[in-house]
Amino acid sequence: MGSEPEKLEVSTDSSPGSEQTPSPLVTAFQREHPEWVVEVIEALGETTVVVPREHIRAICAFLKTWPETRFDFLADVCGADRGVEEEPRFEVNYHLFSTTKYHRWRLKVVLNEENMHVDSVVSIWRTANWHERETYDLFGVLFDGHPDLRRILLPEDWQGHALRKDFPLRGYEPYSLK
Amino acid sequence: MGLENIIAEALPEVLTTRLDSLINWARKSSLWPATFGLACCAIEMMNATSSRNDLARFGSEVFRASPRQADVMIVSGRVSRKMAPVLRRIYDQMPEPKWVISMGACATSGGVFDNYAIVQGVDKIVPVDVYIPGCPPRPEMLIHAVMMLQEKVMKESVRDRRDILEVEAREAMVPGTLPITDGSTARQNTLPESRPYTIASRHERRRSS
Amino acid sequence: MTLPAQFEVVDRPLDTQMTISMGPQHPSTHGVLRLELVLDGEMVVKATPDIGYLHTGMEKLFEYKKYQQGIVITDRMDYLNPLGNNLAYVMAGEKLLKLEIPERAQTIRVLMCELQRIGSHLVWLGTHALDIGAMTVFFYCFREREKILNLIEAASGGRLTPSYFRIGGLMMDLPAGFENRCKQFLNDFAHAVDEFHTLLTGNKIFQKRTQGVGYISAEDAIDWGLSGPCLRGSGVALDIRRANPYSGYENYDFEVPTEPDCDVWARYMVRMRELKESHKIAVQALAKLKPGPVKADAPKVVLPDRQAMKKHMDALIHHFLIVAEGFDVPAGEVYHPIEASKGELGVYMKSDGGPKPSRVHFRGPSFVNLSALPDMAKGEMVADIVAVIGSLDIVLGEIDR
Repeated sequence: MGSEPEKLEVSTDSSPGSEQTPSPLVTAFQREHPEWVVEVIEALGETTVVVPREHIRAICAFLKTWPETRFDFLADVCGADRGVEEEPRFEVNYHLFSTTKYHRWRLKVVLNEENMHVDSVVSIWRTANWHERETYDLFGVLFDGHPDLRRILLPEDWQGHALRKDFPLRGYEPYSLK
Repeated sequence: MGLENIIAEALPEVLTTRLDSLINWARKSSLWPATFGLACCAIEMMNATSSRNDLARFGSEVFRASPRQADVMIVSGRVSRKMAPVLRRIYDQMPEPKWVISMGACATSGGVFDNYAIVQGVDKIVPVDVYIPGCPPRPEMLIHAVMMLQEKVMKESVRDRRDILEVEAREAMVPGTLPITDGSTARQNTLPESRPYTIASRHERRRSS
Repeated sequence: MTLPAQFEVVDRPLDTQMTISMGPQHPSTHGVLRLELVLDGEMVVKATPDIGYLHTGMEKLFEYKKYQQGIVITDRMDYLNPLGNNLAYVMAGEKLLKLEIPERAQTIRVLMCELQRIGSHLVWLGTHALDIGAMTVFFYCFREREKILNLIEAASGGRLTPSYFRIGGLMMDLPAGFENRCKQFLNDFAHAVDEFHTLLTGNKIFQKRTQGVGYISAEDAIDWGLSGPCLRGSGVALDIRRANPYSGYENYDFEVPTEPDCDVWARYMVRMRELKESHKIAVQALAKLKPGPVKADAPKVVLPDRQAMKKHMDALIHHFLIVAEGFDVPAGEVYHPIEASKGELGVYMKSDGGPKPSRVHFRGPSFVNLSALPDMAKGEMVADIVAVIGSLDIVLGEIDR
């Protein structure tokens, strides 16, 4: 999926009565920086903005300080594997929240297996530290600029990334108990 | 501990039976657990010690934090792959006589979690005396298990329990196996060839998920 | 025996730093948490949490289980607040399915969640006080908690793992006599909270051990992603029940307790005041209960009543299909946050149209709260670390999932 700037797609789901017009905040963001918005998905009462991988740090820094949004709270950084056959395969979702305006956005970055590098946003919100470590541990997404990228949930010498769709549920045996 | 063994070896049958019942009575009436609460079952274990179901009246007066001072290890909760070596180390640090109660479905057999991260039953790591089913088991079930363990203790004989040899005991605990996270852990483990774990468990052979 | 090579003793002067490992088996770490402490004498220079000792692979298990089967797994995540976990998961599923939940179900959900919040705070209080040295509080708290567990067991059958909520409503309606027992408990509980205050709040030793310890400023707290009582103890009045209300919380009258001090004492006071607020909400919810259905009107998703299933053919078919094959959830993704007893518990659920979710991720509040520990623990004594961990109210099941 190529990242085409200056294109707004609103994807709607097929059930009637659920099409949402893009919120004014997203349109304002789009006007400010059209090259940063690949796709906008408004569904189920939530706003998802698909952003290009290279600009994630600049986007997050902007959104944290822009008076319209003021996203000072990073709620969650969550990886997902769309499926072994999908192209692009992985995605990283950033869930942003504003403690003053109480609105929420999701920023989505899509990745291929060949290039799993994303800029780390630890310099913007320190809470991203552990979230990015967890995404690395479970999916293998590499965050450039992270101060301490190592496994957090699985043992240090574990091989493989557990939440990928091609990792079997019961794991590989034998895992050494030494 | 050593004294009882020496007496047991030296005395004839008749006297050891009397000695047996005395020693077993003393042991069963003061089974001090080591705190090994891992997950949800630990909360039920805490409930079992609180005032409504009082485990202290069965002799488990104090939960000793140090395994060196404990008699029974109540493994309550799921044992993950990362925790398994720690569990074994704590078990090795307990002096004889020691017993293990495996509390809950996860400790007994992996429980609900049949996946890469959980050891499917703590009896793969330590020998277990009493298994308690349940998820989590009620505190009354834990009390019943302690009573069953007491019955088991009464049937033992002094000659059964030997102290493991001093040298073996010390070598069972190799220092430095917990990672020091500045990257200086000695990576001497050679991982054997790994293949997907394909042995289907019994409930996998049914068609449902 | 000989030591391995990396442990050769080297002669160094006395002002050297010592790295010790606190845990994973430790009486005061509230579960299997391992802290690497770099100590300068008694003072902590650096504290690094090492987690993963309870990692259960729950997020992977969700992808292999149908939506209703996943509810059982959510109980075991934050095992002190299982109804909260259930609620977050179930509401995320309902958002994907766009279901309309009846009023009685929402009221009962609020009532049970607030009872659960009281129960969770009682365990926090008991274990926090036990770590600091006050053993009696533990027994008082667990006495009250037994009453709550009895109520939850009466409603759902499980004390600690109820799985009471379903996608579309509740498992079943409250049993007969529940409301009277609940009213009785809530009447007694108000006095119990005052009793807890007499035990600890005026105690000079407790105050000295908790005031000024574990300081984290409001800006740092937001930067580290703290939420719940940890954030409110730093002066930020943020409560998801007010910010993004769910399940009818906008209709209840309650305050959001906030304390400006930013230390362990402030978090203690916030949680004690929250006990009173939860009690207030539970009383209002109980008064609001009106007879009505407890399951949404969606026969393809919600299991029918057992009596209807035994008598009517279509109910039987629906029951069979839902249990055997599950229901298809339309493709989409949703992030639903709730205010759990520890903070913002968020569920990210992604569906690609089948009966099993494609990705379920739980944003555990304890996971994020614990990541702020190195910041809070710099410069504290080892004994204060215990107080700080207690005040964060962490549950390892939620951290490691």
